[in-house]
Amino acid sequence: MPAVGRNVLRKEGQGKVTGAAKYVDDLSFPGMLHGTTIRSTIPSGRILSIRLEFDPAGWVVAGARDVPGKNVIALIEDDQPCLADGRVRHVAEPILLLAHEDREALVGARVSIDYDPETPVYDPADSPRIFKEIRIEKGDLGRGFSRADRIVEGEYRTGHQEQLYIECNGVIALPENGGITVYGSLQCPYYVHKALVVLLGLPPEKVRVVQTETGGGFGGKEEYPSMLAGHAAILALKAGRPVKMVYDRVEDMLATTKRHPSIVRHRTGVTAGGRIVAMDIDVLMDGGAYLTLSPVVLSRGVLHATGPYRCDDLRVHGRVTMTNTPPNGAFRGFGAPQTLFAAEVHMERIAEALEMDPVRLRELNLFRPGDTTATGQILGGDCSAAEVLREAVARTGFEARRRALSGTNAGIGLSLFFHGSGFTGGGEVRLASRASLALTPTGARILVGSTEIGQGTRTIHAQIVADALGIPYENVEVSEADTACVPDSGPTVASRTCMVVGKILENCALEMKARLGPLSPARYLELHGPLVVTREYEKPAELEWSDETYRGDAYGAYGWGCNVAEVERDPDTFEIRPIRLTAVCEIGKAIHPTLAAGQIEGGTAQGIGYAILEEVVFRDGAMANAQMTNYVVPTTLDTPPIDVVILESAYPHGPHGAKGIGEMPIDGPAPAIVNAIRHMGVDLRQIPATPERVMEASCVSP
Amino acid sequence: MKRLLDVLREDCALTGTKEGCGEGECGACTVLIDGEAVNSCLVPFAQVRGCAVTTIEGLAGAEALQSAFIREGGAQCGICTPGMILAAVALPKGAGLQDIRRGLAGNICRCTGYEGIYRSLRAAAIPRGAAD
Amino acid sequence: MLRDAPGITPLAGGTDLYVGLNFGTVRETRFLDLSRLRPLREIGRQGDVLSIGALATYTDIVRSPLVAERLPILASAAREIGGVQIQNRGTLGGNVANASPAGDTLPVLAAADAVVVLESAAGSRRVPFTRFYTGYRKSVRRIDELIVAIEIPSVEGRQWFRKVGTRAAQAISKVVMAGIRSPRPRLALGSVAPTVLRLPLTEASLAESGSIEEARRVLAREIHPIDDLRSTAAYRHRVAGNLLAQFWRETA
Repeated sequence: MPAVGRNVLRKEGQGKVTGAAKYVDDLSFPGMLHGTTIRSTIPSGRILSIRLEFDPAGWVVAGARDVPGKNVIALIEDDQPCLADGRVRHVAEPILLLAHEDREALVGARVSIDYDPETPVYDPADSPRIFKEIRIEKGDLGRGFSRADRIVEGEYRTGHQEQLYIECNGVIALPENGGITVYGSLQCPYYVHKALVVLLGLPPEKVRVVQTETGGGFGGKEEYPSMLAGHAAILALKAGRPVKMVYDRVEDMLATTKRHPSIVRHRTGVTAGGRIVAMDIDVLMDGGAYLTLSPVVLSRGVLHATGPYRCDDLRVHGRVTMTNTPPNGAFRGFGAPQTLFAAEVHMERIAEALEMDPVRLRELNLFRPGDTTATGQILGGDCSAAEVLREAVARTGFEARRRALSGTNAGIGLSLFFHGSGFTGGGEVRLASRASLALTPTGARILVGSTEIGQGTRTIHAQIVADALGIPYENVEVSEADTACVPDSGPTVASRTCMVVGKILENCALEMKARLGPLSPARYLELHGPLVVTREYEKPAELEWSDETYRGDAYGAYGWGCNVAEVERDPDTFEIRPIRLTAVCEIGKAIHPTLAAGQIEGGTAQGIGYAILEEVVFRDGAMANAQMTNYVVPTTLDTPPIDVVILESAYPHGPHGAKGIGEMPIDGPAPAIVNAIRHMGVDLRQIPATPERVMEASCVSP
Repeated sequence: MKRLLDVLREDCALTGTKEGCGEGECGACTVLIDGEAVNSCLVPFAQVRGCAVTTIEGLAGAEALQSAFIREGGAQCGICTPGMILAAVALPKGAGLQDIRRGLAGNICRCTGYEGIYRSLRAAAIPRGAAD
Repeated sequence: MLRDAPGITPLAGGTDLYVGLNFGTVRETRFLDLSRLRPLREIGRQGDVLSIGALATYTDIVRSPLVAERLPILASAAREIGGVQIQNRGTLGGNVANASPAGDTLPVLAAADAVVVLESAAGSRRVPFTRFYTGYRKSVRRIDELIVAIEIPSVEGRQWFRKVGTRAAQAISKVVMAGIRSPRPRLALGSVAPTVLRLPLTEASLAESGSIEEARRVLAREIHPIDDLRSTAAYRHRVAGNLLAQFWRETA
């Protein structure tokens, strides 16, 4: 019986339910010290002096001058120091590292730092530095607007969002064999590996990174662990002893990355009949103090900015700029939730301006197979915008429900969205990811750098390999994500683990099967010795992409989604209570239906939090509500029933037709909920839709 | 004043009990004291003298629920799972879905949207006698 | 002991105290564990008075038939505090002693004319709840005194309670109101001033005119909400007025 498409028993489950699974804070090594970080308390300025207010005997202290290699976190640009050297650019920037045997002692260690403060920049529109600017142009915008009967304009805003994985960031660094080994809670062992090679000035083979069981990531453990691993490694090398650094919740919230806030402006030309003929979109994102991944976040943002709608004449202009706040970074969706929020809330405004049914407006304009996207990509037969919309509308009885709720304190709204799977066309080519498969006496062992962070990576990879080899799922093993023994499969991000890495593994398995011929694995090993097949990402021949012109096939495939949200507004307190949320997702192929549904349910819940609850309050450049009491995410009682429908329309280059799934579910809830609020007559253009904002909007709305 | 959580994790090496926030908000450190769910990050160790403390390692008779958490998607990253399972076994008998939501409101899961957790409880018929 | 060794903090369930300790806002290092004082956990009645031991947990209150009969809004408030884990540990005495303006049981106690029973080596005294607090997180309790019980005289009239928090569960109040509908209505609000507020002027307005519009105007002058991390003064003002109207509507 094939494994793919069945709910086989998870490879990574048992230890998690018995408490046996070891997360980084559960590990200890002989002679281990505990490390802590002394951070900037001002948003911008020069460091004048640093004084230890304690007796340094028994302590290891490290600053910028103790960095053995280059004092940068190597990622896209080398602009972010690992430890501030003379200048700070945001609150909570790391300046000094301390380590001590006794964890309790860390709390009492005081360090005084004198600064010469400079005027910080908080407004991304008023920033002296643009990290990245992207323009997408298609057709002739002037011509498009000349055909329009109506022009609809709107400005939409989204705030920071904290990933709030329940396990805080943490690592342990061990000096070993003249190099360093890092165990950590992380998504991308090879990102950490590359950063440590530069930071420590070590040859690659002297750096080993091992992922420990990871208690959630959602992007928050994509780039940040490189910083934390760097700190622990610097201390460990200086001390000659293992050093553990595990953040508490406050430090994790204050110092680590958040979702980029955005301001998106739409100016749209439409005909009286409801056809969109011109789109002029301006995207501004707040990058925080250093560049980190911001160019790529902006890229995904602008590539999704039109929503899943065709238009021949358009322009998208995007900028991400510097502010003196902690760097913003990866968070599930990676720029798309921001721009899709704007696109879908704007669609509702267009429907209103035309006095048109919002479903009809979307039907008229949505992408169909053969249509071209903003970058000129011709969509294949797996383009499912119409199907997901039709299914969601039918399943919820949307039109009748909308009529029934009119004029009440409840509303219903929908959002239509898409999400590119994997890196952009050029990005996957540059990554050149590899995966390996080793023959075992009974089957095969998977060797990939992809990490299991809750999504079920090992399970779906094993399913794909089992079927390609034609062996039972149980006979496939999966190796730990340890850079000493697995190849660089690229980062575990961007909804690429199944579609891209899964495909490479499938190719490994098919090659292994051919090499085996009629021999059983055991017989092959007897006759020929060990067999390891390694394959690299192969770009589908027809995919063409240019980073210079932003033309071509932005992503190999897109997932398609439609959300319908029904909400109530409390007339006395203005609280928005979601009643139910229907999430229809077309994902190519559900390799493991329960895991796939889990991704959709979880991403949807995070999207509900983004829509109504989660707000990072900044005061003087610092997160002022950096505790779980004050940064609130959905509990059981805040999360409505989530009805998941999975549709499958195969992508020819995905394993069994699979596309990406992890990120897309978070794109839809915020616009669907805000559109449901609009249905109640409240004009809100900003999330989160807190009761305070709903109250303000209720007072001015008709 | 040592916390029960620290004694369990550091002195007893029972690391199945997790710390997520240190302020009683996330429920990852949930253990049972004399059968009742508590946040072990807020319990002074001195106060549990003479009490029965149950952690995930010592939980007996919940194998069906634990297995359901794997099969039905109740556990994704797993960090909230031990606390969630302990809170679930302390649910009152015969609780309906709304009682379950109330009873688990002190346990934050960031992965599942809670649907997989409800499925796991249903599959394992927890709480006992639950009419769904 | 409290008298002879100043600087000792009484400790019950620990759910508030430990948050302060874990976050470094509580600097005390010596604590007096009260949790073994079983008699202080009892809920009973003496004549017409409902007496709740200071160590009664929120769960005890939720489960108490006596509370359900005499002061059901106290059970409503207890049910909305934290999750089950907090309810199993947190105590009524702790909620009173912690003196947060957002304490969820406090408006109930204020509206119900509760009395705080304080005991020390020198003897005991009873302080009306509405005179217990003297300012933000300050009360008349001397350092040598313990809160041993809360006494609630018999309540006439329909009881009403509503908490508006930062989310549906495990939330801190943005506004929390308790009301008792009787010829002399009694009202108290949390999170709208440095301490929980009894609202004598608004009560008088309701008693005299019965006009909710007029009462709202009085209320607006009687409360002093602020902007903070969790909400805005404007929101608290408006929602307090709306809750007043909702209380009046639903207890009519």
